[in-house]
Amino acid sequence: MPRAERRMVPDVTPMSYYGQPVLKAPTWKWPIAGYLFTGGLAAGTSLVGASARIRRDRRLASAASAATLCALGASSAFLIEDLGRPSRFHHMLRVVKVTSPMSVGTWIFSLFSALAGASAAAEVGERAGVPERVARPAAAVAQVGSALVAPALATYTAVLVSDTAVPAWHDARRQLPWLFAGSATASGGAMGVVLSAALAPCGGGAFAAGPRRMAVAGALVEVGADEAMHRRLRSINTGDVAKPSVDSAYATGQPRRLARAARACTVGGAAAVALAGRRDRPRTRLIAGAGALSVLSGAALQRFAIFHAGRASAADPVYTVGPQRLRLVPPAGQP
Amino acid sequence: MTIIDRSSTGTDVTLAGVGTPAYDREQRVGFFTDTSVCIGCKACEVACKEWNDVPADGLEFLGRSYDNTGRLSADTWRHVAFVEQPVATPETQAVSGMRWLMSSDVCKHCTSAACLEVCPTGALFRTEFETVVVQQDICNGCGYCVSACPFGVIDQRKGDGRVWKCTLCYDRLRGGQTPACAQACPTQSIQFGPLEQLRERAATRVDALHQQGVADARLYGEDPADGVGGFGAFFLLLDRPEVYGLPPDPVSTTRDLPGMWRMAGAAALGMLGLAAGSLLEGGRRA
Repeated sequence: MPRAERRMVPDVTPMSYYGQPVLKAPTWKWPIAGYLFTGGLAAGTSLVGASARIRRDRRLASAASAATLCALGASSAFLIEDLGRPSRFHHMLRVVKVTSPMSVGTWIFSLFSALAGASAAAEVGERAGVPERVARPAAAVAQVGSALVAPALATYTAVLVSDTAVPAWHDARRQLPWLFAGSATASGGAMGVVLSAALAPCGGGAFAAGPRRMAVAGALVEVGADEAMHRRLRSINTGDVAKPSVDSAYATGQPRRLARAARACTVGGAAAVALAGRRDRPRTRLIAGAGALSVLSGAALQRFAIFHAGRASAADPVYTVGPQRLRLVPPAGQP
Repeated sequence: MTIIDRSSTGTDVTLAGVGTPAYDREQRVGFFTDTSVCIGCKACEVACKEWNDVPADGLEFLGRSYDNTGRLSADTWRHVAFVEQPVATPETQAVSGMRWLMSSDVCKHCTSAACLEVCPTGALFRTEFETVVVQQDICNGCGYCVSACPFGVIDQRKGDGRVWKCTLCYDRLRGGQTPACAQACPTQSIQFGPLEQLRERAATRVDALHQQGVADARLYGEDPADGVGGFGAFFLLLDRPEVYGLPPDPVSTTRDLPGMWRMAGAAALGMLGLAAGSLLEGGRRA
């Protein structure tokens, strides 16, 4: 018998078949990244609306309610547009599957939309002649109800993208829920600041104290979770020299540009929101309002950065094969 | 370089050949693709396309080996990989020849199938043969399965919007027939049958190859303890899986799902607390 076919060209086993990706490119296009942002925005804004309702600030409550509905409208459009068969979107409602974050998310989204819609309908009803004693409690109950569902809407999307074979998403599964929660909180607070700036005239007093605290706190969580995510991704080695860890998916091109812009917008915007001054003056409104818009842009850019880093990590077999190979055969000198 | 003996598969000819397949409706069936006897003829690719009416997906010239199909896709449910590599002698490192590796890839019909688990419409389902199939009248093309598959098998068909992949010839199985690719394979590289039986046969075959001196022969996906619970369609390979474009240690993403839900729950509560603390602090509005 002939001897074995041993050791071909010594230990340069290629990462894949002619350098092709192992994974298929996600079919999701930019509307899904857009939805990650608008879904979080709807959730965060509904929290501002509910708190305004509790504090009997009906103008802010109504404005937040309207903004929530706008964000939901955009979300629905993004989600349906991205389907291969948009006319079959209602097939999402055939089943309830806990093993499918998209199925769970469909039901969370539907419940949230129903409550947010009911709250807005009650308000419109009041203006159209429905007695105040019916319309107001109905609007309040629905709005507070939607706010209780909101955190689920903001965080399920983290599970949705993590529950894939895409390395930059799956390997960030412990940090992404916090990142998404922080980002949605920041977005909601920022929307509250923008709405407050647009609503009332300058009359002294504190300017949008609650939404501002919320925007800054959310931004801090967002940035902290982002740092933790990158540290986690850096710890997952690929064994490749040029792309040493899964975090390298963020190191070049579009993901890098988006991530940097996101960080600058979030940190700069949060600083402006925090430092704009407490009293309600035109200057305060202008600075805090501009800061809030910057926080909103940061949140959107962050979602697009994550989206594109995921695509980049799926497109390069190094991120798929490298960590798996090291898992099977740890390099010499490691336990 | 040595030539592997491709003449003896050590299998029972009648089993994989024409005739009554030896399986019951209640048994788990699958493929054992023995790449050591694959001759790269692509009869499986053609038979699959013919039987399943899979549309043409272009005429590409890839210019790198005798493979111009490239990869599994929505319109390619069997793909014959053709690896052509220079071979060096261990002593001198000088290139002393070329080697050819051929392997017919297919959907793995995983025991823990991530595609099926993440499908939000229930379009992907497990059949009575424990294979994984897409119901085309249900699929709405959300694409979740595409990102969930650790092998990059399932994909969306352009111009159609739905996802497509190997059905392990569900229609033929229901009619008591052998899947088209296995039926067409001239060397019994693709063997079809009850999974238990295939696993035993594969163990015998890999032992035989080791005795013949083919030390790199290994089974891929036969182990029910692996990250996807074992493949319904597993392989005998002659080099590391990644050489054939296969992931070396695939894990179903849904294994981590309970932990992900827990973490999301904690983050959701954190968000509620953060918002309440920020917004409700300080009593009535100023």
